[in-house]
Amino acid sequence: MNTWLWLAEGPLFWLSLSVFGLGVAWKLTGLLLLGGPRAQPTPRGSPAGGAVYTILRHFVPRRVFLPGAGLHVLAGYAFHLGLFILLGFAAPHVAFFGERLLGVSWPTLPQWGFIVAAEFAFAGLIILWAMRISEPIQKLVSRPADHAATWLTFLVMLSGCLALEEAHVSLRALHMTLVDAWLFWFPFSPLMHTFTFLFSRGFTGATYGRRGVGL
Amino acid sequence: MSMHEAHERFVSETGARIASYLDACVRCGLCADACHYHQASGDPRHAPVMKFQILDRIYRRHRDPFAPLWRLLGRGRDPDPEELKELRELIYDTCSMCGRCTLACPMGIDTAQMVWIVREGMAAAGLAPPVLEQMARRAKKAGSPMGIDPQKLREILDEVSREYDVELPLDKDRADILLLDSSLDFNVYRPTLAAMAKILNRLGLNWTFSTRGYEASNLGLFTGDVDVARAMVARIVEAAEEVGASIVLAPECGHGYGSIRWEAAELLGFEPPFEILHISEFLARLHREGRLKLRRKERSLTYHDPCKVGRRGGVVEEPRELMRDLVSDFREMHPSGILNWCCSGGGGVVLLESAREVQLEAFRIKMRQVEDTGAEGVIMACAFCHYTFDSSAKHFGWDCGIEDLVQMVAEQMVVEDA
Ligand code: SF4
Ligand code: SF4
Repeated sequence: MNTWLWLAEGPLFWLSLSVFGLGVAWKLTGLLLLGGPRAQPTPRGSPAGGAVYTILRHFVPRRVFLPGAGLHVLAGYAFHLGLFILLGFAAPHVAFFGERLLGVSWPTLPQWGFIVAAEFAFAGLIILWAMRISEPIQKLVSRPADHAATWLTFLVMLSGCLALEEAHVSLRALHMTLVDAWLFWFPFSPLMHTFTFLFSRGFTGATYGRRGVGL
Repeated sequence: MSMHEAHERFVSETGARIASYLDACVRCGLCADACHYHQASGDPRHAPVMKFQILDRIYRRHRDPFAPLWRLLGRGRDPDPEELKELRELIYDTCSMCGRCTLACPMGIDTAQMVWIVREGMAAAGLAPPVLEQMARRAKKAGSPMGIDPQKLREILDEVSREYDVELPLDKDRADILLLDSSLDFNVYRPTLAAMAKILNRLGLNWTFSTRGYEASNLGLFTGDVDVARAMVARIVEAAEEVGASIVLAPECGHGYGSIRWEAAELLGFEPPFEILHISEFLARLHREGRLKLRRKERSLTYHDPCKVGRRGGVVEEPRELMRDLVSDFREMHPSGILNWCCSGGGGVVLLESAREVQLEAFRIKMRQVEDTGAEGVIMACAFCHYTFDSSAKHFGWDCGIEDLVQMVAEQMVVEDA
């Protein structure tokens, strides 16, 4: 069992992290190298200002769209914020990333904080997935990879919760194996939206910022 | 025209911006509520996200930085003609390229831009709707989609000059301003054409029409035919250079304004060397400078923001500056400005018989918006929106009291030394 944990936290983790790092870099660089317009029209406003505006503005949905989008947005925020809090502040993560990998430490979540963040993250993810399998448009347009991304993330979170008490080495090994799989697959998957949302909003913002519109 | 050319277009037009959109889309469907055609039909296939799935497939196989891997794994396949034919409904009938869905998308994805690229591919495959294709071809040949060639232009300007008692200079050697107009104004909304001329004359401006380039509307942007789109803007650039114009004035034609102001640089490969303004933008500038004074009338009117002038063109405040001085009670629709609903006929949709049912259904949203303001009428600043309103209102027997911004300015401008 120790061998499994050693593998999952050692060679496999480093392999997955390398694939993640190189894959993300390859994808984002390759994407930017695909090129842009041959010439640009005379600006009416600031493309850079527009990019920043749109990147920030789209964090908050416009009020007119809220009646239809409300639950989706709430679930999205619950999941993403919950996940980021768990990722950055759960005690075992601080120990692993901070103390073991980076050699620094930062405050950790108390037990109740972990539970609240985990509840938000699970509730959000489950609602998002329920919508994916029930709403007609999402059913029509979702790819197998979209479902796989949800499920893999779910399993990573679930195994992480089970491993929290550190009662069984095998649970920690299972969590780490799933994390390795998640990292390995990340650059090839819809999970890449973690990074590409900045490009997507940024390009739109720059295009319309040039036109003097804040979209 | 062939599938090969279509494929080339799809691939070559998928640059960094489009790739980012395709990679960022999380298939959440939030864009659907923003689209008037989806609202009208309730058909999930009409959701914006469905309109770029074809590009997504092509991107994965040919442009994705991991494309070799996907091909090796046998993922996806290139589209066939039958599939493209079926796409007509999504790409031409149920998208006016209004850009409203971008505002609802958490990723800020510009579906309208991707629909334009898909239209390019469709046109390259010879699959653009025949009615649009014919008009585009006519535009390339005669200079205008309704077949107004230079000789016909002369006749029209003579007729308008006589009928409305206004001078319409044509082919002056030198002029500061080159005025464009759309076929709809040349043929149907001639009072608007006369009004533009009256305003420019009264202000003592040195302007002209040119037989070299006079047509603002650009059917190439409707069909997706890049050659036509390029030829139309090239004519305008040549005409402006010939007369030495420092300003090219785009008329009340949303896509016409967009094509010369925002698309021309990419189409031509260089930045046109003159200023390009929408007529409302130009008039607002003169108004701000105190050169154009307006008499306010006791009326309650609302304003329909043309998508390609406002949301996609950046001219949102300028018409409002004018309207606040034109009417005592200017009422905003809800929502308005960049969030305004499309008239339902843009992007060539109103010209397509196949789209008529869904277009009319989508127009109901507009009707509700206008009626909710309780205003006496609605002001237009785009001939295409105007035409959509006219034809749809007629269908519903709806009296919406359409007014035209430029005509109002011409009627209510204060002529001090007259
Ligand atoms: S651009 Fe406008 S018409 Fe086209 S899909 Fe988006 S909202 Fe609908
Ligand atoms: S709202 Fe944006 S991210 Fe969501 S499905 Fe539509 S285009 Fe994709």
